[in-house]
Amino acid sequence: MSSGSLLRIREMVRKEFRQLLRDRRTRAVIFVSPLLQLLMFGYAVNTDIRDTATFVVDLDATAASRRLVDAFVATGYFEVVGRSDRPADLVRALDHGHALIGIEIPRGFARDLTGGGAAVQVIVDGTESNSATIAQGYASRIVRRFALEQAAAVGALPSGGVDLRARAWYNPNLESRAYNVPAVIGVLIMLMCLLLTALAVVRERELGTLDQLMVSPLTPGELMISKTLPVAVIALFDLAAVSLLAIVWFRIPMQGSPLVLLPAALLYILGGLAVGLLISTVSRTQQEAFMSMFLFFQPSIILSGFFYPIDSMPRFFRWVTLGNPVRHFLEVVRAVFLKGAGFIDLWPQYLGLALLAGAVLWLAVIRFPRTMAG
Amino acid sequence: MNRTRLVAIARKEFLQIRRDARSLYLAFMLPLLLLMLFGYAISFDIRNIRLAVLDRSRTAASRELVESFESSGYFTVVGHLARAADVDRALADGHAKLVLVIPPSFAAHLGSGRAAEVQLLLDGSDANTATIAQNYADAIVSGYSTRVTLRGRSVALPVRAENRVWYNETLESRNMIVPGLVAVIMSIIAAMLTALTIAREWERGTMEQLAATPVHRLEVVIGKLLPYVGIGLFDVAVATGVALVIFHVPFRGDVLLLAGMTLLFLLGALGLGMFISAAMKSQILATQVAMIATFLPALLLSGFIFSIGTMPWVLKAVSRVVAARYYVSVTKGIFLKGVGLDVLAVDGLAMVLFAAVGLGLAIRVFRKEIA
Repeated sequence: MSSGSLLRIREMVRKEFRQLLRDRRTRAVIFVSPLLQLLMFGYAVNTDIRDTATFVVDLDATAASRRLVDAFVATGYFEVVGRSDRPADLVRALDHGHALIGIEIPRGFARDLTGGGAAVQVIVDGTESNSATIAQGYASRIVRRFALEQAAAVGALPSGGVDLRARAWYNPNLESRAYNVPAVIGVLIMLMCLLLTALAVVRERELGTLDQLMVSPLTPGELMISKTLPVAVIALFDLAAVSLLAIVWFRIPMQGSPLVLLPAALLYILGGLAVGLLISTVSRTQQEAFMSMFLFFQPSIILSGFFYPIDSMPRFFRWVTLGNPVRHFLEVVRAVFLKGAGFIDLWPQYLGLALLAGAVLWLAVIRFPRTMAG
Repeated sequence: MNRTRLVAIARKEFLQIRRDARSLYLAFMLPLLLLMLFGYAISFDIRNIRLAVLDRSRTAASRELVESFESSGYFTVVGHLARAADVDRALADGHAKLVLVIPPSFAAHLGSGRAAEVQLLLDGSDANTATIAQNYADAIVSGYSTRVTLRGRSVALPVRAENRVWYNETLESRNMIVPGLVAVIMSIIAAMLTALTIAREWERGTMEQLAATPVHRLEVVIGKLLPYVGIGLFDVAVATGVALVIFHVPFRGDVLLLAGMTLLFLLGALGLGMFISAAMKSQILATQVAMIATFLPALLLSGFIFSIGTMPWVLKAVSRVVAARYYVSVTKGIFLKGVGLDVLAVDGLAMVLFAAVGLGLAIRVFRKEIA
């Protein structure tokens, strides 16, 4: 690269920075909105079941039935928000959404307990199917434990059996936040790269200033570099800021080294910028650019394993996710944050990110000069 | 309000949208794409959880335990580990989500009537999958345990839980996602289309021209809104059709009630988008602000996927002013629960309020600009 070229890029980058940072509101978008979004995602994306609103209809009203309800409450997973002796009230509570779980203990529960064959109804609101699945699992466990205790107390059950001791590694308290917050970092960085690159180029085209640039000595390659470099710097800055917030505010432990994260982040940002450039080549207006960006961004989040586990997807979509840079990067951030993974553990992800970034960049480099000229 | 002028503005906006064929195309494509992805790719149904086994007992009893994990359908045994040192590796590289460790003394304890202990080591980083896996494992082990200890005798457990799921009997994630998705789609339309409409006029300098015409601000706002209301309603109708015909999501309530509520929500969301557009005057800013003000709350704080009940109180409080929250409870209520206005009265009131506030803001801010 000649010194003239470097000079031109330097001037152009300076102009881009000035344009991006001049407006107070744009500054807010670049620096404040990622933090705001991290807070929103960090708190909202939470799958822990605690104090689930539970409605109890205890038709038996005996010491045994009360003990069962206590067993539910004692686990901390369920919180009784209402009691009644009419099953119709339970229906109303679930219909209105005041409770997600209903427990109905039939009349004669205590009597059947000694005779064997008592039943308790656990009703869950299936409109929130993830919570319902988990709550159902807990409920079955609580009733089973209660049953075993009852049986053992009357000597109906031989001693022995199998005890399951479960222990969670990496995240002993099984807090979903530790898994989700690092992933939000990846999502935000991608959004920032796409939005700033695609819109910045298309805006010049829409306003007609791109024609002015065309008659300047700036080559398309130089223009590409000077359009993306400022965004890369901002993205890296946001990455650091958002990671810091995750560590300090959400107290997500960073088990691994930032040095393991950095190469992946660079490849990921490069890929994001390339996609942004590519979008700018197919869009004439900012609106088109914005919508094309959304058309890429939404599926890439849904198919990234961010919230919807990849293992549960049909085989076809599992294959599709391999072509998604967000998937690979999320695996890296999560592994670095939670498992303290090193370079060797993550080589498939590095490779995936490098291949994808390379491929999209190649496409963008081919297309960009052509659309500029056209 | 003059009808001729109103129609003229609406026609101008409509022509502008139509000429921009690609935007229109995307406005219809995106909802369909989202529906397909959410309908086909996504499932909260956790199955085929990758399980590795460290069997140090190597007896018929331990093999039977492993067998009951496999036959449950929830777990896939992806490897038998030879040494305790391999456990770390299997979990660290994500090869397995959990490891079942059966100690050497397993069969001996089981035979002598002492408690035999098995260990389950989970990759807790994905807390949701881990929690569900743990519940499944607990059920399997305790089933195995009662089978073994009671072998030869029939002693039934004194209580059992009869689990029932209401409204979404098969716990199909699709059934709960698709009705809520309608709210998200409309927020996207508001953010992608309306948020740009006035900012674009400012950036292109056509706002002065518009201001110079005798058109009243009310006519501009309503006129500009009308074509988007059409697009939004069309999108909702298509989404509902796809949900019912292709995904067989149950529809148990009143169609007219849903249509009315949808119109109100749409007016509010589009009005809000237009307010943002008029206030920001720049397309980049308007899209960003619209994302944060309409799309993200609809995605995160509406109860669409993420349960509001598990959020901290601050977000619970914030979600009360998120209109999408009430709309999602309307769609879920009408699609799945089949409830009517008696149950949805509060949500309906919220819809009316939202439409009034959205339109009011758009009209208010617009006046300032033209003056």
